[in-house]
Amino acid sequence: MATLTLGKALNEGLRKSMETDSKVLIMGEDVGRLGGVFRVTDGLQKDFGEDRVIDTPLAESGIIGTAVGLAIRGFRPVCEIQFDGFVFPAFDQIVSQVAKMHYRSAGHVKLPITIRIPFGGGIGAVEHHSESPESYFCHTPGLKVVSCSNPVDAYWMIQQAVASDDPIVFFEPKRRYWDKADVDTAGAAPLSLWDANVAREGSQATVITYGPSVKTCLEAAAAAQQEGQDLEVIDLRSLSPIDWEAVFTSVRKTGHAIVVAEAPVYASLSAEVAARVTERCFYELEAPVLRVTGFSTPYPTSRIEEDYLPDLDRILDAVDRSLAF
Amino acid sequence: MAVQSVQPSEGPELVQLLTPEGERVEHPDYSLDLTFGEYRDLYRDLVMVRRIDTEATALQRQGELGLWASLLGQEAAQVGAGRALLSQDFAFPTYREHGVAYCKGVDPVTLLGLFRGVNQGGWNPYDKGFQLYTIVIGSQTLHATGYAMGLQRDGSDGAVMAFFGDGASSQGDVNEAFVWSSVFQAPVVFFCQNNQWAISEPLERQSRIPLYQRALGFGFPGVRVDGNDVLAVLAVARDALARAREGSGPTLIEAFTYRMGPHTTSDDPTRYRLAAELETWKLKDPIERMKAYLSRNGMADGDFFAQVDAEADALAAHIRAGCLSLPDPDPLTLFDHVYAGGSSLLEEEREQVAAYLASFEEAVH
Repeated sequence: MATLTLGKALNEGLRKSMETDSKVLIMGEDVGRLGGVFRVTDGLQKDFGEDRVIDTPLAESGIIGTAVGLAIRGFRPVCEIQFDGFVFPAFDQIVSQVAKMHYRSAGHVKLPITIRIPFGGGIGAVEHHSESPESYFCHTPGLKVVSCSNPVDAYWMIQQAVASDDPIVFFEPKRRYWDKADVDTAGAAPLSLWDANVAREGSQATVITYGPSVKTCLEAAAAAQQEGQDLEVIDLRSLSPIDWEAVFTSVRKTGHAIVVAEAPVYASLSAEVAARVTERCFYELEAPVLRVTGFSTPYPTSRIEEDYLPDLDRILDAVDRSLAF
Repeated sequence: MAVQSVQPSEGPELVQLLTPEGERVEHPDYSLDLTFGEYRDLYRDLVMVRRIDTEATALQRQGELGLWASLLGQEAAQVGAGRALLSQDFAFPTYREHGVAYCKGVDPVTLLGLFRGVNQGGWNPYDKGFQLYTIVIGSQTLHATGYAMGLQRDGSDGAVMAFFGDGASSQGDVNEAFVWSSVFQAPVVFFCQNNQWAISEPLERQSRIPLYQRALGFGFPGVRVDGNDVLAVLAVARDALARAREGSGPTLIEAFTYRMGPHTTSDDPTRYRLAAELETWKLKDPIERMKAYLSRNGMADGDFFAQVDAEADALAAHIRAGCLSLPDPDPLTLFDHVYAGGSSLLEEEREQVAAYLASFEEAVH
């Protein structure tokens, strides 16, 4: 048992993956000597060498495109995209090449590539450093998309992602990098990579969320408890595919569903959750599925980002509206 | 300011070992010493590759293929490059490298699946070291570079060849591949078939300088070779692959050639280029010059040429029969191979579609 920050848990998980499989490579901007701008890869180049922890030229399409070639050759690259808003130069390689290779090749070519992306706001950053682009990747068949919300999941999920034979976009909640928890690094992973987790059990309404918003929702649930509202919080963990049975089971129990995410609401992952819950839990729902999300604007300037991000008050307001319906 | 044509002719830098008239010439940097049999084999390859292309074009015109990307005119570039590759080398093609595929030992019939619409690449890339066709322009140059970095890590003596065209030279990915391969000294050869046209856009819309000269700015050598001269292409490609193998890093080869046909069977080149240009290039035909060379030097006679033609006929028959027998896939296979590890979402959708399709069968009975 060790007390680890989420960032250090990722670091320890990556170290374990590299020790387990000599084909695992880490590549990205500043991941080697510097250890990554968030220090997630700290110390790995020193221990595993420059051939396995590669400081790349500053070109995101190049990072993913060469990772494709390395994967074809039998390697297992873990690519770091330094910030969410910088993934778009690599978008074509991810969507047109990474996502489709296994399909096009009728299974002959596997691309076990993990694409790590720190995402989300709340750190007072300049533009392009606080975005939530997960819906683009969830929309793309051939990719799997996951997000950890706490150090324990970070430690296990990164290892499971690296071990997966499918390409995985791994979203890391950057404002939670410094959150701490006790992590049992021995033993086995408590959950599969594709399982949702009931982060808090409750009976009156289901709050469905992932990534950085999980903590916010747990805080909202604790506050709601003070007012006599008993909320269940589902941490999706896997965003594509989604563990629908866990979601439906909870909503059928509570009859109320609120989806919480930082990403802009329009045509987003939260839209998919709302649509499926409505379709599959129609008779059990006692209110429309509500969403508490980022707005349909570009990510705002940092001095007003708190007005954009789903917070405790907005979540509780939605809970009130749902329960009063 | 009017855009000037930067490449009115091939230029003095063009590496050539066989003139358009079929005369063997020497070059100070590149030599090639082949047996009579090897010269004849190259001729046979050129004829076979052209025949693959002719037959596939015919199949498209007859409605058996949805589309075909013709390589007509580029046979020497592809055979020269393809025959320079060794079995441990990996090729990353565009969608026009039918000749390279042939040299690598890929059955031409399997190339047709993509164009007939029965699959998206019917061969296993690992079987012959020939990756699936890549349609997005230039993406494969990064894959090739990554694969070459993998060879470095494996301590392999293999090399990689990345194919692309003059249009692709404008793509960001190609330029990133140049940067990466140079920085990491990756064992990759960039083989650019400059066929003068990116669909309707002429070379001067892509570059103000000869393409091969771009390599210098990235820190590795570039060479322009007569892309219609199979001997020169073979010599230059072998040299570049040897450099790659010995750890000297990438080379850019600009094979100066011409796309004699349309971009694809959906294209109409009469809308953007003059017939006279085509006539000029016909005089540089890669097969005719090789035939003249073989005949004039007593390396082949009429019997040999007739035999090659007969082999080409047999190949064409094989392609035709193979194309017509490519089966349409079962509708439910559309869910196959999306993921190596499966997906609960896809399983659900597959079941729904299976039930939907089955409902029609029940209605019939």
